[in-house]
Amino acid sequence: MPPLVGVAPGVVTLKINGVDCSARDDQTVLEVAREQNIHIPTLCHLEGLESVGGCRLCLVEIQGMRGLVAACVTKVTEGMEVQTSTPQIEAYRKMIVQMLFTERNHVCSVCVSNGHCELQDLAVEMGITHVEIPYLFPKCELDASHPRFVLDHNRCVLCQRCVRVCDEIEGAHVWDNQGRGIHCRVVTGLDEPWITSDTCTSCGKCVHVCPTGALFEKGRSAGEMAKKAPQLPYLQNIRKGAARG
Amino acid sequence: MSKAKVATIWLDGCSGCHMSFLDIDERLLELAQHIDLVYSPLVDAKVFPDMVDVALVEGAVASEEDLAKILKVREHSKILVAFGDCAVTANVSGMRNPVGKEACLQHAYVDLATFNPGPPTSVVPKLLDKVRPVHEVVKVDVYVPGCPPSADAIFAVVSELLAGRIPDAAGLTRFGA
Repeated sequence: MPPLVGVAPGVVTLKINGVDCSARDDQTVLEVAREQNIHIPTLCHLEGLESVGGCRLCLVEIQGMRGLVAACVTKVTEGMEVQTSTPQIEAYRKMIVQMLFTERNHVCSVCVSNGHCELQDLAVEMGITHVEIPYLFPKCELDASHPRFVLDHNRCVLCQRCVRVCDEIEGAHVWDNQGRGIHCRVVTGLDEPWITSDTCTSCGKCVHVCPTGALFEKGRSAGEMAKKAPQLPYLQNIRKGAARG
Repeated sequence: MSKAKVATIWLDGCSGCHMSFLDIDERLLELAQHIDLVYSPLVDAKVFPDMVDVALVEGAVASEEDLAKILKVREHSKILVAFGDCAVTANVSGMRNPVGKEACLQHAYVDLATFNPGPPTSVVPKLLDKVRPVHEVVKVDVYVPGCPPSADAIFAVVSELLAGRIPDAAGLTRFGA
Protein backbone atom coordinates (compact mmCIF):
# COMPACT_ATOMS: atom_id res chain seq x y z
CA MET A 1 0.00 0.00 0.00
CA PRO A 2 1.30 3.47 -0.82
CA PRO A 3 2.10 5.68 2.15
CA LEU A 4 -0.50 8.33 2.92
CA VAL A 5 2.09 10.90 3.89
CA GLY A 6 5.77 11.36 3.14
CA VAL A 7 7.55 11.64 -0.18
CA ALA A 8 5.10 11.87 -3.05
CA PRO A 9 5.60 9.01 -5.47
CA GLY A 10 6.99 9.83 -8.87
CA VAL A 11 5.20 9.20 -12.09
CA VAL A 12 6.65 6.95 -14.76
CA THR A 13 5.57 6.01 -18.24
CA LEU A 14 5.93 2.51 -19.61
CA LYS A 15 4.58 0.20 -22.29
CA ILE A 16 2.65 -2.98 -21.58
CA ASN A 17 2.02 -5.08 -24.69
CA GLY A 18 2.78 -1.96 -26.73
CA VAL A 19 0.17 0.13 -24.87
CA ASP A 20 1.47 3.37 -23.34
CA CYS A 21 0.64 3.64 -19.64
CA SER A 22 1.50 6.03 -16.88
CA ALA A 23 1.82 4.84 -13.32
CA ARG A 24 3.17 5.74 -9.90
CA ASP A 25 6.70 4.47 -9.41
CA ASP A 26 5.67 2.51 -6.30
CA GLN A 27 3.26 0.35 -8.30
CA THR A 28 3.98 -3.14 -9.56
CA VAL A 29 3.73 -4.29 -13.15
CA LEU A 30 0.74 -6.43 -12.14
CA GLU A 31 -1.14 -3.49 -10.60
CA VAL A 32 -0.60 -1.29 -13.62
CA ALA A 33 -1.55 -4.09 -16.05
CA ARG A 34 -4.81 -4.65 -14.16
CA GLU A 35 -5.58 -0.93 -14.23
CA GLN A 36 -5.21 -1.16 -18.00
CA ASN A 37 -7.48 -4.24 -18.14
CA ILE A 38 -4.55 -6.34 -19.32
CA HIS A 39 -5.03 -9.81 -17.89
CA ILE A 40 -2.14 -11.57 -16.17
CA PRO A 41 -3.00 -14.89 -14.48
CA THR A 42 -2.12 -15.18 -10.77
CA LEU A 43 -2.55 -17.72 -8.02
CA CYS A 44 -0.55 -16.79 -4.90
CA HIS A 45 -1.30 -13.07 -5.31
CA LEU A 46 -4.23 -11.69 -3.34
CA GLU A 47 -5.10 -8.04 -3.11
CA GLY A 48 -4.46 -6.86 0.44
CA LEU A 49 -1.58 -9.25 1.14
CA GLU A 50 2.12 -8.70 0.54
CA SER A 51 3.09 -10.27 -2.78
CA VAL A 52 5.69 -13.03 -2.67
CA GLY A 53 6.07 -14.06 -6.32
CA GLY A 54 5.74 -17.68 -5.28
CA CYS A 55 3.56 -19.32 -7.91
CA ARG A 56 5.35 -17.72 -10.91
CA LEU A 57 2.15 -17.62 -12.97
CA CYS A 58 2.43 -13.85 -13.43
CA LEU A 59 5.76 -14.18 -15.25
CA VAL A 60 6.27 -11.43 -17.80
CA GLU A 61 9.01 -10.45 -20.19
CA ILE A 62 10.67 -7.07 -19.65
CA GLN A 63 12.99 -5.74 -22.29
CA GLY A 64 16.57 -5.59 -21.08
CA MET A 65 15.96 -7.81 -18.07
CA ARG A 66 17.53 -11.23 -17.89
CA GLY A 67 14.95 -14.02 -17.77
CA LEU A 68 11.28 -13.66 -16.97
CA VAL A 69 10.15 -11.82 -13.85
CA ALA A 70 7.09 -12.07 -11.60
CA ALA A 71 4.82 -9.09 -12.34
CA CYS A 72 3.41 -9.05 -8.78
CA VAL A 73 6.78 -8.19 -7.19
CA THR A 74 8.36 -6.11 -9.96
CA LYS A 75 8.04 -2.34 -9.60
CA VAL A 76 7.50 -0.28 -12.73
CA THR A 77 10.32 1.97 -13.94
CA GLU A 78 10.56 4.74 -16.51
CA GLY A 79 10.59 3.50 -20.10
CA MET A 80 9.95 -0.12 -19.17
CA GLU A 81 8.64 -2.32 -21.99
CA VAL A 82 6.61 -5.29 -20.79
CA GLN A 83 5.18 -8.27 -22.68
CA THR A 84 2.58 -10.20 -20.68
CA SER A 85 1.97 -12.98 -23.15
CA THR A 86 4.43 -14.69 -25.49
CA PRO A 87 4.47 -18.33 -26.64
CA GLN A 88 7.28 -18.96 -24.14
CA ILE A 89 5.37 -17.38 -21.23
CA GLU A 90 2.18 -19.25 -22.12
CA ALA A 91 4.09 -22.55 -22.26
CA TYR A 92 5.65 -21.90 -18.84
CA ARG A 93 2.29 -21.00 -17.31
CA LYS A 94 0.72 -24.18 -18.65
CA MET A 95 3.62 -26.20 -17.29
CA ILE A 96 3.35 -24.56 -13.85
CA VAL A 97 -0.36 -25.35 -13.57
CA GLN A 98 0.25 -28.93 -14.69
CA MET A 99 3.03 -29.34 -12.13
CA LEU A 100 0.69 -28.10 -9.40
CA PHE A 101 -1.80 -30.79 -10.42
CA THR A 102 0.83 -33.55 -10.30
CA GLU A 103 2.55 -32.52 -7.08
CA ARG A 104 -0.46 -33.26 -4.85
CA ASN A 105 -3.68 -35.23 -5.22
CA HIS A 106 -6.20 -32.86 -6.78
CA VAL A 107 -9.18 -35.15 -7.21
CA CYS A 108 -11.54 -32.43 -8.44
CA SER A 109 -14.64 -34.60 -8.66
CA VAL A 110 -14.73 -35.29 -4.93
CA CYS A 111 -13.10 -32.07 -3.71
CA VAL A 112 -15.04 -29.73 -1.44
CA SER A 113 -13.99 -26.85 -3.69
CA ASN A 114 -15.02 -28.41 -7.00
CA GLY A 115 -16.42 -25.59 -9.10
CA HIS A 116 -15.07 -22.88 -6.77
CA CYS A 117 -11.36 -23.55 -7.17
CA GLU A 118 -8.77 -21.15 -8.52
CA LEU A 119 -6.50 -23.98 -9.68
CA GLN A 120 -9.38 -25.50 -11.62
CA ASP A 121 -10.18 -22.08 -13.10
CA LEU A 122 -6.57 -21.69 -14.23
CA ALA A 123 -6.70 -25.08 -15.98
CA VAL A 124 -9.85 -23.92 -17.79
CA GLU A 125 -8.31 -20.55 -18.66
CA MET A 126 -5.24 -22.23 -20.14
CA GLY A 127 -7.18 -24.89 -21.99
CA ILE A 128 -5.58 -27.72 -20.03
CA THR A 129 -7.57 -30.89 -20.71
CA HIS A 130 -4.92 -33.29 -19.44
CA VAL A 131 -1.63 -33.23 -17.58
CA GLU A 132 1.42 -34.26 -19.57
CA ILE A 133 3.69 -34.67 -16.54
CA PRO A 134 3.39 -38.02 -14.70
CA TYR A 135 1.30 -37.79 -11.52
CA LEU A 136 3.26 -38.28 -8.29
CA PHE A 137 0.35 -39.39 -6.07
CA PRO A 138 2.17 -38.44 -2.84
CA LYS A 139 0.86 -39.57 0.51
CA CYS A 140 -0.49 -36.46 2.21
CA GLU A 141 -1.84 -35.96 5.70
CA LEU A 142 -5.05 -34.28 6.76
CA ASP A 143 -5.49 -32.30 9.98
CA ALA A 144 -9.09 -32.29 11.19
CA SER A 145 -8.24 -31.51 14.81
CA HIS A 146 -9.73 -28.02 14.69
CA PRO A 147 -13.43 -28.05 15.66
CA ARG A 148 -14.49 -25.94 12.66
CA PHE A 149 -11.84 -26.23 9.95
CA VAL A 150 -9.87 -28.89 8.10
CA LEU A 151 -6.42 -28.74 6.50
CA ASP A 152 -6.00 -31.16 3.60
CA HIS A 153 -2.46 -31.24 2.22
CA ASN A 154 -3.71 -33.20 -0.79
CA ARG A 155 -5.08 -29.97 -2.26
CA CYS A 156 -2.46 -27.45 -1.11
CA VAL A 157 -0.61 -25.47 -3.79
CA LEU A 158 1.74 -23.73 -1.30
CA CYS A 159 0.52 -20.27 -2.30
CA GLN A 160 1.11 -19.15 1.32
CA ARG A 161 -2.01 -17.02 1.40
CA CYS A 162 -2.96 -18.66 4.73
CA VAL A 163 0.52 -17.92 6.11
CA ARG A 164 0.35 -14.30 5.03
CA VAL A 165 -3.24 -13.52 5.99
CA CYS A 166 -2.71 -14.95 9.48
CA ASP A 167 0.47 -12.96 9.96
CA GLU A 168 -0.35 -9.70 8.18
CA ILE A 169 -4.08 -9.28 8.82
CA GLU A 170 -5.00 -11.37 11.84
CA GLY A 171 -1.61 -10.84 13.49
CA ALA A 172 -1.56 -14.34 14.92
CA HIS A 173 1.05 -16.06 12.70
CA VAL A 174 -0.28 -19.55 13.36
CA TRP A 175 0.80 -20.71 9.89
CA ASP A 176 4.23 -21.16 8.43
CA ASN A 177 6.11 -23.31 5.93
CA GLN A 178 8.17 -26.32 6.80
CA GLY A 179 10.55 -28.23 4.51
CA ARG A 180 11.76 -27.34 1.05
CA GLY A 181 10.79 -28.02 -2.54
CA ILE A 182 8.50 -30.95 -3.03
CA HIS A 183 8.59 -31.71 0.73
CA CYS A 184 7.38 -28.24 1.71
CA ARG A 185 4.22 -28.21 3.82
CA VAL A 186 2.23 -25.48 5.52
CA VAL A 187 2.18 -26.10 9.26
CA THR A 188 0.26 -24.79 12.26
CA GLY A 189 2.31 -23.75 15.29
CA LEU A 190 5.55 -25.71 15.42
CA ASP A 191 4.10 -28.42 13.17
CA GLU A 192 1.62 -29.44 15.81
CA PRO A 193 -2.04 -30.42 15.39
CA TRP A 194 -4.05 -27.28 14.61
CA ILE A 195 -6.13 -27.62 17.78
CA THR A 196 -3.04 -27.35 19.97
CA SER A 197 -2.10 -23.96 18.53
CA ASP A 198 -2.33 -21.38 21.33
CA THR A 199 -2.29 -18.48 18.88
CA CYS A 200 -5.13 -19.49 16.50
CA THR A 201 -8.14 -17.23 17.01
CA SER A 202 -10.36 -19.45 14.81
CA CYS A 203 -11.14 -16.39 12.68
CA GLY A 204 -11.24 -18.51 9.50
CA LYS A 205 -9.46 -16.00 7.25
CA CYS A 206 -6.96 -18.68 6.20
CA VAL A 207 -9.86 -20.87 5.04
CA HIS A 208 -11.45 -18.14 2.97
CA VAL A 209 -8.29 -16.92 1.23
CA CYS A 210 -7.27 -20.48 0.32
CA PRO A 211 -7.62 -20.80 -3.48
CA THR A 212 -8.32 -24.55 -3.43
CA GLY A 213 -9.89 -27.13 -1.14
CA ALA A 214 -6.79 -27.35 1.08
CA LEU A 215 -8.54 -25.40 3.83
CA PHE A 216 -12.27 -25.81 4.31
CA GLU A 217 -15.07 -25.69 6.82
CA LYS A 218 -16.19 -28.92 8.43
CA GLY A 219 -19.47 -30.32 7.19
CA ARG A 220 -18.91 -29.29 3.58
CA SER A 221 -19.31 -31.99 0.98
CA ALA A 222 -17.99 -32.18 -2.60
CA GLY A 223 -18.40 -28.85 -4.37
CA GLU A 224 -19.97 -27.14 -1.37
CA MET A 225 -17.03 -25.03 -0.19
CA ALA A 226 -17.46 -21.68 -1.89
CA LYS A 227 -14.99 -19.25 -0.32
CA LYS A 228 -16.06 -15.80 0.82
CA ALA A 229 -13.00 -13.82 -0.16
CA PRO A 230 -12.50 -11.35 2.72
CA GLN A 231 -12.18 -7.70 1.82
CA LEU A 232 -8.57 -7.48 2.88
CA PRO A 233 -7.75 -3.91 1.77
CA TYR A 234 -10.84 -2.83 3.75
CA LEU A 235 -9.68 -4.75 6.83
CA GLN A 236 -6.23 -3.21 6.54
CA ASN A 237 -7.66 0.28 6.42
CA ILE A 238 -9.77 -0.39 9.50
CA ARG A 239 -6.68 -1.53 11.36
CA LYS A 240 -4.69 1.50 10.24
CA GLY A 241 -7.51 3.74 11.39
CA ALA A 242 -7.57 1.97 14.74
CA ALA A 243 -3.79 2.38 15.09
CA ARG A 244 -4.04 6.12 14.43
CA GLY A 245 -6.79 6.32 17.05
CA MET B 1 -21.48 -43.19 -46.83
CA SER B 2 -20.41 -46.05 -44.62
CA LYS B 3 -20.92 -45.67 -40.91
CA ALA B 4 -18.03 -44.95 -38.57
CA LYS B 5 -17.09 -47.89 -36.39
CA VAL B 6 -17.20 -46.80 -32.77
CA ALA B 7 -16.23 -48.77 -29.68
CA THR B 8 -16.55 -47.83 -26.03
CA ILE B 9 -14.78 -49.61 -23.21
CA TRP B 10 -14.86 -49.43 -19.49
CA LEU B 11 -11.71 -49.87 -17.41
CA ASP B 12 -11.49 -48.77 -13.74
CA GLY B 13 -14.39 -46.34 -13.59
CA CYS B 14 -17.96 -46.25 -12.34
CA SER B 15 -19.78 -46.32 -15.72
CA GLY B 16 -20.93 -42.75 -15.06
CA CYS B 17 -19.35 -41.59 -18.32
CA HIS B 18 -21.31 -44.23 -20.21
CA MET B 19 -24.46 -43.08 -18.40
CA SER B 20 -23.69 -39.52 -19.45
CA PHE B 21 -23.26 -40.76 -23.04
CA LEU B 22 -26.79 -42.17 -22.85
CA ASP B 23 -27.93 -38.80 -21.50
CA ILE B 24 -27.42 -37.46 -25.02
CA ASP B 25 -31.05 -38.61 -25.21
CA GLU B 26 -32.86 -38.12 -28.53
CA ARG B 27 -29.66 -36.99 -30.23
CA LEU B 28 -28.56 -40.63 -29.96
CA LEU B 29 -30.92 -41.29 -32.90
CA GLU B 30 -29.04 -38.69 -34.90
CA LEU B 31 -25.70 -40.27 -33.97
CA ALA B 32 -27.00 -43.76 -34.71
CA GLN B 33 -27.38 -42.81 -38.38
CA HIS B 34 -23.65 -42.16 -38.57
CA ILE B 35 -22.12 -44.71 -36.25
CA ASP B 36 -21.99 -48.42 -35.89
CA LEU B 37 -21.42 -49.29 -32.23
CA VAL B 38 -19.28 -52.37 -32.76
CA TYR B 39 -18.03 -53.01 -29.24
CA SER B 40 -19.25 -51.64 -25.92
CA PRO B 41 -20.65 -52.63 -22.53
CA LEU B 42 -23.92 -51.47 -24.11
CA VAL B 43 -23.85 -54.08 -26.94
CA ASP B 44 -23.33 -57.83 -27.12
CA ALA B 45 -20.03 -58.14 -29.04
CA LYS B 46 -17.51 -60.09 -26.97
CA VAL B 47 -14.41 -59.62 -29.13
CA PHE B 48 -12.82 -56.28 -29.94
CA PRO B 49 -12.94 -55.78 -33.75
CA ASP B 50 -9.91 -55.64 -36.01
CA MET B 51 -10.01 -51.89 -36.44
CA VAL B 52 -12.41 -49.24 -35.20
CA ASP B 53 -12.47 -45.57 -36.16
CA VAL B 54 -13.06 -44.21 -32.66
CA ALA B 55 -12.67 -45.84 -29.25
CA LEU B 56 -14.03 -44.07 -26.17
CA VAL B 57 -12.13 -45.29 -23.12
CA GLU B 58 -13.73 -44.75 -19.74
CA GLY B 59 -11.75 -45.45 -16.57
CA ALA B 60 -8.15 -45.59 -15.42
CA VAL B 61 -5.70 -48.44 -15.91
CA ALA B 62 -5.77 -50.22 -12.55
CA SER B 63 -5.54 -53.98 -13.11
CA GLU B 64 -3.72 -56.47 -15.30
CA GLU B 65 -6.96 -56.94 -17.21
CA ASP B 66 -7.24 -53.15 -17.81
CA LEU B 67 -3.67 -53.11 -19.09
CA ALA B 68 -4.26 -55.96 -21.54
CA LYS B 69 -7.50 -54.31 -22.71
CA ILE B 70 -6.03 -50.87 -23.29
CA LEU B 71 -3.05 -52.25 -25.22
CA LYS B 72 -5.44 -54.17 -27.45
CA VAL B 73 -7.76 -51.21 -27.91
CA ARG B 74 -4.87 -48.93 -28.85
CA GLU B 75 -3.61 -51.40 -31.40
CA HIS B 76 -7.03 -51.72 -33.00
CA SER B 77 -8.27 -48.10 -32.90
CA LYS B 78 -7.56 -45.19 -35.19
CA ILE B 79 -8.58 -42.54 -32.67
CA LEU B 80 -8.49 -43.22 -28.95
CA VAL B 81 -10.45 -40.87 -26.68
CA ALA B 82 -9.66 -40.64 -22.96
CA PHE B 83 -13.27 -40.39 -21.87
CA GLY B 84 -13.82 -38.79 -18.45
CA ASP B 85 -11.66 -37.91 -15.45
CA CYS B 86 -10.64 -41.48 -14.51
CA ALA B 87 -9.20 -42.02 -17.98
CA VAL B 88 -7.65 -38.53 -18.06
CA THR B 89 -6.34 -38.10 -14.48
CA ALA B 90 -6.94 -41.48 -12.69
CA ASN B 91 -9.40 -39.50 -10.53
CA VAL B 92 -11.19 -41.47 -7.80
CA SER B 93 -9.76 -44.74 -9.13
CA GLY B 94 -6.30 -43.33 -8.44
CA MET B 95 -7.09 -42.43 -4.84
CA ARG B 96 -5.59 -45.74 -3.71
CA ASN B 97 -2.18 -44.75 -5.11
CA PRO B 98 -0.97 -42.73 -2.09
CA VAL B 99 -1.79 -45.55 0.35
CA GLY B 100 -0.60 -48.39 -1.89
CA LYS B 101 -2.08 -51.55 -3.33
CA GLU B 102 -1.26 -53.82 -0.39
CA ALA B 103 -2.83 -51.54 2.22
CA CYS B 104 -5.95 -51.30 0.05
CA LEU B 105 -6.29 -55.06 -0.37
CA GLN B 106 -5.62 -55.57 3.33
CA HIS B 107 -8.38 -53.13 4.29
CA ALA B 108 -10.96 -54.35 1.78
CA TYR B 109 -10.41 -58.10 1.97
CA VAL B 110 -8.99 -58.68 5.46
CA ASP B 111 -9.86 -55.89 7.90
CA LEU B 112 -13.45 -55.60 6.68
CA ALA B 113 -14.00 -59.28 5.89
CA THR B 114 -16.58 -61.11 7.98
CA PHE B 115 -15.55 -64.53 6.65
CA ASN B 116 -13.00 -65.98 4.25
CA PRO B 117 -10.51 -63.14 4.71
CA GLY B 118 -7.74 -62.58 2.16
CA PRO B 119 -7.49 -61.00 -1.29
CA PRO B 120 -9.05 -62.97 -4.15
CA THR B 121 -6.75 -65.40 -5.91
CA SER B 122 -8.90 -66.15 -8.95
CA VAL B 123 -11.54 -64.58 -11.24
CA VAL B 124 -10.96 -61.01 -10.01
CA PRO B 125 -8.08 -59.44 -12.02
CA LYS B 126 -4.86 -58.67 -10.18
CA LEU B 127 -4.38 -55.01 -9.33
CA LEU B 128 -1.42 -53.11 -10.72
CA ASP B 129 0.81 -51.40 -8.16
CA LYS B 130 -0.28 -47.95 -9.36
CA VAL B 131 -3.46 -46.76 -11.05
CA ARG B 132 -2.50 -44.75 -14.12
CA PRO B 133 -4.38 -42.40 -16.43
CA VAL B 134 -4.68 -43.87 -19.93
CA HIS B 135 -2.15 -41.52 -21.55
CA GLU B 136 0.59 -42.70 -19.18
CA VAL B 137 0.16 -46.18 -20.70
CA VAL B 138 -0.75 -45.67 -24.39
CA LYS B 139 -0.97 -42.75 -26.79
CA VAL B 140 -4.23 -40.80 -26.46
CA ASP B 141 -5.59 -38.67 -29.30
CA VAL B 142 -8.43 -36.77 -27.63
CA TYR B 143 -8.98 -35.86 -23.97
CA VAL B 144 -12.46 -35.32 -22.55
CA PRO B 145 -12.18 -34.54 -18.82
CA GLY B 146 -15.21 -34.38 -16.54
CA CYS B 147 -16.76 -36.55 -13.86
CA PRO B 148 -18.68 -37.30 -15.92
CA PRO B 149 -18.33 -35.07 -19.00
CA SER B 150 -21.75 -33.58 -19.72
CA ALA B 151 -23.93 -35.09 -22.42
CA ASP B 152 -23.52 -31.87 -24.41
CA ALA B 153 -19.72 -32.09 -24.25
CA ILE B 154 -19.78 -35.74 -25.32
CA PHE B 155 -22.15 -34.99 -28.18
CA ALA B 156 -19.98 -32.11 -29.36
CA VAL B 157 -16.80 -34.22 -29.23
CA VAL B 158 -18.33 -37.22 -31.00
CA SER B 159 -19.92 -34.98 -33.64
CA GLU B 160 -16.55 -33.38 -34.38
CA LEU B 161 -14.90 -36.79 -34.64
CA LEU B 162 -17.60 -37.97 -37.04
CA ALA B 163 -16.99 -34.88 -39.15
CA GLY B 164 -13.37 -35.99 -39.46
CA ARG B 165 -11.93 -33.36 -37.13
CA ILE B 166 -9.91 -33.85 -33.93
CA PRO B 167 -11.79 -31.85 -31.30
CA ASP B 168 -10.29 -29.89 -28.43
CA ALA B 169 -12.56 -30.35 -25.41
CA ALA B 170 -11.16 -27.25 -23.70
CA GLY B 171 -14.08 -24.91 -23.08
CA LEU B 172 -16.59 -27.77 -23.30
CA THR B 173 -15.70 -29.49 -20.05
CA ARG B 174 -13.09 -29.48 -17.26
CA PHE B 175 -11.59 -31.62 -14.51
CA GLY B 176 -14.34 -32.49 -12.04
CA ALA B 177 -17.12 -31.05 -14.24
